Amino acid sequence: MATREYSFYPGCSSQKGASSSNYLVSVETMCEELDIKLNTIPDWNCCSASIGYAGGGELPRLTLSARNIALSEEHNPDQEIVATCAACWLSTKEAAERLHDDPGMFAEANTALAEAGLKLTNQTPIRHMAEVLVEDIGFDAIAAKVTKPLEGLKIAGYVGCQTNRPFGIAGESFENPVYLDKMVDALGADSVPDYEKKVQCCGGALAFSEPEKSQEMIKGILESAYDHGADMIVTPCPVCQMNVEVYQGQINDTHGTKFDMPVLYYSQLMSVAFGRSAKDAALNGQVIKAKQLEEIAGK
Amino acid sequence: MSDLNTNMIEKYRNSFLNEVEANVEEGEWVKMCMQCGVCSGSCPLGNAWDHPPQELFMMIRAGKREEVLSSDSMWMCTSCYNCIVRCPREVPITHIMHGLAHYAKRLGMQPKEQPTAKFAQLFWDNLMKKGRVNELKLGVDLYFKVGEGMKTAMKNKDIGMAMWKAKRMNPMEFFGGHAVKDLKGFQNAIKKAEELEAARLEKHKA
Repeated sequence: MATREYSFYPGCSSQKGASSSNYLVSVETMCEELDIKLNTIPDWNCCSASIGYAGGGELPRLTLSARNIALSEEHNPDQEIVATCAACWLSTKEAAERLHDDPGMFAEANTALAEAGLKLTNQTPIRHMAEVLVEDIGFDAIAAKVTKPLEGLKIAGYVGCQTNRPFGIAGESFENPVYLDKMVDALGADSVPDYEKKVQCCGGALAFSEPEKSQEMIKGILESAYDHGADMIVTPCPVCQMNVEVYQGQINDTHGTKFDMPVLYYSQLMSVAFGRSAKDAALNGQVIKAKQLEEIAGK
Repeated sequence: MSDLNTNMIEKYRNSFLNEVEANVEEGEWVKMCMQCGVCSGSCPLGNAWDHPPQELFMMIRAGKREEVLSSDSMWMCTSCYNCIVRCPREVPITHIMHGLAHYAKRLGMQPKEQPTAKFAQLFWDNLMKKGRVNELKLGVDLYFKVGEGMKTAMKNKDIGMAMWKAKRMNPMEFFGGHAVKDLKGFQNAIKKAEELEAARLEKHKA
């Protein structure tokens, strides 16, 4: 299998010492195993996620993503952009579409970019890592790489919002996407296809500004996973991962629950199933330790 | 009342819908709403909105300018995109909510103590400084400018400690932190985009 190359947009939260740095470590491990080469977009900037809109107007926000796409086109020509963060992917893809559909806005974005010596042609496909796994690699090839099947683990696939809407993965339903369940099955674990909270919102950025309202939703996401007998939750989104993992203590304090549910990235599951160490899978980045995965990795 | 606000009232005296169409992101879609209410029923925080999207759209058409722009409602949007994918008319509702929130902020009409309005501004200011978000500074700002200061900080200290232990929070980020290399080019480009957008709004109010 020839090495696949992509222009990689890692995003702010994946940086060293940031909230999803464990995502990046495990993605790098997973890509080594799947013979995927990620060429980071040099000097990429923040996309403003979906919360920068108070201060950032439409054109300034589109220009953020336009700069990243322009840098990618200049330095990683003919490579599709791949993001691992849901918000990065969504913002970049949204910007590419909007600038494609609105020639006036496209011209203005280029006028702005000229200030940084950049030019956008906007011909680059913007993809999520989940698309690369499902469409370019495929479930069979993923299953073929498994050396340590995640046997006996029941894992609830929590797709969340922004990896799923408004774009989602081609051929998947917005209301009941199944690719994450197929990934879990391919790794030898048991999925929870009827996990009814799989696309429930966790509050996103409002977990910070509206903690009570968001934690009410997170509680439902956890409760449902427990009701289905899940050992852990897996997600493709950094905000989902953090929100569902780190607030369990506060939710327990408020509601008298006893939540202690590990929340993992798909890339961590794959790293372990492909035979890599707990460290390579960034299991040390868990706030709620995934002991069963650590055991499998240590075998 | 800000000058821009006064000017916009003058110009669009007879139609708030026209004002929204001309000045709010994706505002030209508002008239396409057929009042089915699927958006309102699909919103994860729907019960927290004084006026869910469907209602906001009708209020815009009814000329309820003050009530819409000073509303807490659009700041309740979590950007989950349920409404967008379910709208039978494919109205880009999420974007219109962001657009209304931004326009209200631009006119100085947003509710002053609205936590998401404050947080969304802090997020933008934070990323503009270095081109990348500094999570540590954002967290501190969140506690002291949106929350209740030390009380909020203490409430969240266990989470901070746990993140630090997991190497997902770095206290050193307080001193500088990650940044784009071509910061000048980055800031100039965004400044230019802001100028171009402001010029478009100026033209609309004339």
